[in-house]
Amino acid sequence: MATDFVARGQDLELVEVRKEFPGFVAVESLDLKIPAGEFFALLGPSGCGKTTTLRMIAGLETPTSGKVLIGGKDVTDQKPHERPVNTVFQNYALFPHMTVLENVAFGLRQRKVDDPLPKATAALEMVELNHLASRRPQQLSGGQQQRVALARALVNRPALLLLDEPLGALDLKLRRQMQLELKDIQSEVGLTFLHVTHDQEEAMDMADTVAVMNHGRIEQMGAPEKLYDRPKTAFVAKFLGQSNLFVGEVTDKSSETISINFRGNKITAPNSRIEKSSGKVAIGVRPEKTEFHESKPAASSTQNVLGPGKITDIRFTGVSNQYQIEIPEIGEITVFAQNVGRSPVVELGAEVWVSWKVEHSFGLADLPTGEEDIE
Amino acid sequence: MAFVALGGNAPAKAQTPTKTGRVALYLLLPGLFYLGLFFLTPLFSLILTSLKAPSPSGEIGRYEVAAEFGNYLYAVGQYLPQIIRSFGFALLATIIALAISYPIAYFIAVKARNKPLLKGLLLTLVIAPFFISMLLRTFAWKQIFSNDSWVVNTLKDIGIFGSDSYIIGTNFAVIFGLVYNFIPFMTLPIFSSLDRLDLRLVEAGGDLYANPFTTFRKITFPLSLPGVISGTLLTFIPISGDYVVASRDFLGGPDTAMIGNVVEANFLRIQDYPTASALSVLLMAAIVVLVSIYVRRSGTEDLL
Repeated sequence: MATDFVARGQDLELVEVRKEFPGFVAVESLDLKIPAGEFFALLGPSGCGKTTTLRMIAGLETPTSGKVLIGGKDVTDQKPHERPVNTVFQNYALFPHMTVLENVAFGLRQRKVDDPLPKATAALEMVELNHLASRRPQQLSGGQQQRVALARALVNRPALLLLDEPLGALDLKLRRQMQLELKDIQSEVGLTFLHVTHDQEEAMDMADTVAVMNHGRIEQMGAPEKLYDRPKTAFVAKFLGQSNLFVGEVTDKSSETISINFRGNKITAPNSRIEKSSGKVAIGVRPEKTEFHESKPAASSTQNVLGPGKITDIRFTGVSNQYQIEIPEIGEITVFAQNVGRSPVVELGAEVWVSWKVEHSFGLADLPTGEEDIE
Repeated sequence: MAFVALGGNAPAKAQTPTKTGRVALYLLLPGLFYLGLFFLTPLFSLILTSLKAPSPSGEIGRYEVAAEFGNYLYAVGQYLPQIIRSFGFALLATIIALAISYPIAYFIAVKARNKPLLKGLLLTLVIAPFFISMLLRTFAWKQIFSNDSWVVNTLKDIGIFGSDSYIIGTNFAVIFGLVYNFIPFMTLPIFSSLDRLDLRLVEAGGDLYANPFTTFRKITFPLSLPGVISGTLLTFIPISGDYVVASRDFLGGPDTAMIGNVVEANFLRIQDYPTASALSVLLMAAIVVLVSIYVRRSGTEDLL
C-alpha cells in the first residue's frame, strides 16, 4: 500500500560544503555521498554541525561555500519549497491550527497533487493513525505526533527524507518501537533517509552507513559494524561505544604486527588493523574483547597481557557486568563480561590480570586528547 | 475553611474541587462587586434616562421618569448620518491601522526576535506616544495641519493644493488622527501573538513546498489571528465612540461629527439627556451586535 504512492529515493551529494556563522565555523568543507535508497545516519555530539548540515540540505540554511546535489542536480540555490526534500523535525513542527489529516495533506495541496485527502488518509493508514485524522496535533501523544510528522513528510514521496533527531523526545520503549517502524517503512518504500542523531545505539541500530561527525567534520564513515570494530580516531573509539586506549612509542615491527611500549608493557596490534606505524601510536581494545584472570596467563605472541591490578568497581547492567580494573603504573581498564554463568566470580579488590587477543587490537590515526603533548 | 486549606500545610489531595471552586469564587467577589457598582449602575441609569420625557414645566434640562421609546426613533432619525459616519470611520481607520500595524508587529516579533536591543527599542517606540497625553498629541497634529502651517503651505507651493484648500476639518484629517491614536492598540496584541509564533512551523511550511507567501497566508497569519482579532476590537470599539479627534476643537469640522460628538453636544450643550442616552445605548448595542458577528465569523471564539 505504501509503495503505491512513494517513489524511489535519489542520491545526495555534498561537495566541499562549508558553513560559517559569525564567530565560528559550524561545518568545515564537508564531502559526502549518500547513494539512493540508503539509510544514512549522521552521528555526533551536540554542536558538531550535524543539524546545520541537515538544514543546509533542506535549504533552511545557505552554505557559505560548496554545493548540494540531489539526484545529480545542483540545488544549492533553491529555496526549501523548491527542493524534493522533506524533513521530520525534532519537535515535529505540526501545524496546531489544522487537523492531523490537513497536516498530512499540506504538502500535497501545495504541489497541487490530485486527491490530496485520500492520499493523506492512506499515509495515515501506513502509520496506523487514520482513526485520529480529525484530531488536532496537540491532542495526540508524543509518539503519535511523531508518526503524523513522518506521514506528513513521506506522503510527498521526497527524493530524500531528513530526520532531525525525531526520536529524541520519546521514552526508551517507544523509541525502540519507532526505530523498528522507521526502519521497516524505509526498507518498504525504498527512500533515501538521512538521520541526524546523537544517540550512537540508534545510529548503529538503524543505519546502513554511519558518519561520525565532530567539530564540523566527518571523522569516520562506514557500516556500523566496521566503525565499531575498527575506529580510526580516538573520538570515534570513545563516542561509538567504549574503548581502552594505550599510547606509546612503536618498539617492534614485523610483517604481521607492530608493538608499542606502554609504560613498560608491550602491546601489540596486527598491521591490518592500524592506521599509523611509526612514532607515538594509540592502540585500543573494546571492553567486551578483554578478559580478566585470577592467575597470570602465560605470555604468548597472540595475546596482550596487563597486570596485576585490583578491581575497583563492578557495575551490574543486566546482560553483562562492567568491571573497572586499576593496574598500578598503567591506569584504569574497563572490562565487560557477559552474565552467562561462566564468568570468574570476583569481588571488589580482587587481584586480576587483563588480557585480549592481538587480533582484537586496533591502532588509531591520532592520539586521544591530552596525549598529544606528552613526549 | 477554604482559606485554611490554602494557607496551612494541608496536603493537596485534601483540597476537594468544591473547595477550590469556592476559593475562586471568593477571589472573584471584589471584581464582581466592582463591575456591579461601576458598570451596571451607570448602565441602568443610562437606560432609565434614555426613556425619560420632558418635564411638564417645560424647563430646559428637566426630565422625568417615563417609558418614552420615541426617544430612540428621534435619535436615529435625527443623527443617522453621524451614526453611519461613526461606523464608517471606525471601519476605515481599523483597516488602515491593521495594514500599518501588522508589518510593524511582524518585524518586531519575527525579524528582530534574536536582537533584544532592537526589539526593545522598537517596542518602546510603539508605546512612546502613551507618554504624552492623547489630547496634547492630537492638538499637535491640529497645529501641524492648520491652515497656515508648513505642511499646508508646502502642498500649496508645489501645486498639489489649490489656494483655498485645507486639511483640518476634512474626513482625511479625522481618519488620520484616529489611525494615529489607535496604532499602538493594534500593534501590541498582534505583536504578542506573533512573538509566540514558533518559527519552526514557518520552516515546516517551506519544507512542505509552500512558497513564502503561501506560508504566510496558511501558517503565520492564521496563527496570529487571535492578536489580529483583539487588535481590531481594541481599535474599532473605542474609535466608534471617540469624540476627541472628530471634534471641531481638534481635527474635525462641521461635517465630520461622529456619535461621540453628538452625544457630547446633547449632554453638555443642548442638555437633551434622553436623546444623548438613547444614542449611547444604541452605540453600545450596535457594537455588541457587530463584534459578536465578527468574532463568530472569524471562527476564533476559542482562541480569544
